Amino acid sequence: MLAQEVPSLPRGVRLHFDKVRSTWVLLAPERAVTLDDIGHAILSEVDGARSFGEITAALAEKYNAPAEEIAKDSAGFLGALRDRRFLDVVSA
Amino acid sequence: MTSVRPPIAMLAELTHRCPLSCPYCSNPVQMAMQDQELGTEDWMRVFREAVELGVLQLHLSGGEPASRRDLVSLVRAARDAGLYTNLITSGIGLNERRLTELDEAGLDHVQLSLQGTTPEMADEIGGYKGGFKRKMQVAEIIGKIGFPLTLNAVLHRRNLHQLPRAIEMAQEMGARRIEVATVQFHGWALRNLDALMPTRDQAREATRIVAEARAALKGKLVIDYVPADYHDDYPKRCMGGWGTTGLNVAPDGEVLPCHAAQSIPHLKFDNVRDTPLHEIWYKGEAFTAYRGTDWMQEPCKSCERKEIDFGGCRCQAMAVVGDPAATDPVCIKSPHHGALQVKADQHATRDDAPLVYREAPGKTVDDPVG
Repeated sequence: MLAQEVPSLPRGVRLHFDKVRSTWVLLAPERAVTLDDIGHAILSEVDGARSFGEITAALAEKYNAPAEEIAKDSAGFLGALRDRRFLDVVSA
Repeated sequence: MTSVRPPIAMLAELTHRCPLSCPYCSNPVQMAMQDQELGTEDWMRVFREAVELGVLQLHLSGGEPASRRDLVSLVRAARDAGLYTNLITSGIGLNERRLTELDEAGLDHVQLSLQGTTPEMADEIGGYKGGFKRKMQVAEIIGKIGFPLTLNAVLHRRNLHQLPRAIEMAQEMGARRIEVATVQFHGWALRNLDALMPTRDQAREATRIVAEARAALKGKLVIDYVPADYHDDYPKRCMGGWGTTGLNVAPDGEVLPCHAAQSIPHLKFDNVRDTPLHEIWYKGEAFTAYRGTDWMQEPCKSCERKEIDFGGCRCQAMAVVGDPAATDPVCIKSPHHGALQVKADQHATRDDAPLVYREAPGKTVDDPVG
């Protein structure tokens, strides 16, 4: 994913806190993806307005981690969601 | 059994009524009558019990769920309870007004069934003249409203050649997903083994087409594929394992581990009218019967795949071997595997076999839209 691209959750894909299992999940058609803390942190920043570059910069600052590493992990995670049509991506 | 996890998905079979009469309908041959169906309040309570149990995904199905006049209220109640709501429909009984109401009620996703890619094929298989045309109109409205859409194509010997077109249609409709499901022989389909069994060549060709399309359409269209298992060497992991992932509530409130479970004669099913869903899931006789691996006989018992496929499908073992605790006869390790393959090949040659249509449940079907 490129820094200037803007990811967003399409209609029918949403974050949900699963009270029974005490965990965040991503609900999508026929799927419920259990999110770890990192996955939830990344998706919480996805608002359909900010670019991937802005999101990773925000995460790097928030978690005091190298931006490059964050970008690499986030791109892998978001890319997998994109392949499953759980994430839309447009060029800014 | 060490720990039983809560279910993720619930299939709510709101009714067995349906304007179509597909010969592979997964409803049981003995259907629930309309006057036995759970009422609106009962379903709403069941949705809340499901959320407390841990269910995340609700599949509203039937029969045709649009045949329920209270469908919009049920969707709203399910969303309010916190469920992800998926409507599994033929499209018949839906129009722009009703789809708009479903949108406002918070419906998350629509799964539209496809009986064929031409009016001739679809109307013959569905047993409903004009059904294809109506479905295409409904697909257009679904697209206009913007519901996420999955096209659900059921394939068999008569229409497997239409698979490439079905994949194209999914793209034209703007679907994100297509389910390519080769017919599974339960319920009414068992009466149509001769008419519907794919040939071995068709089954192989379908697998090739799906693999190619998956590669070509990566990131554009997701393809879920259910192969023709009579021709396979290992059984499917049916229901993700009995009583591990999902449960079905039948129109009359009986709770089933899978939609075909009533074909296993010794199982006793609890009903949501009398028993809380939580108790049914964790303690119900039908759910504990084949959960885990303790019930297994050889060759499953000592098999290294026993926790991969859990011995396959219990209902298929019942239907073909007459023993629900037997290894699914699809499995190459089953003593019945060879006979099943021969039988499948024989069924696939009966090109003159007529379609045996599903019948309507006990009472006259009302106009679903009203």
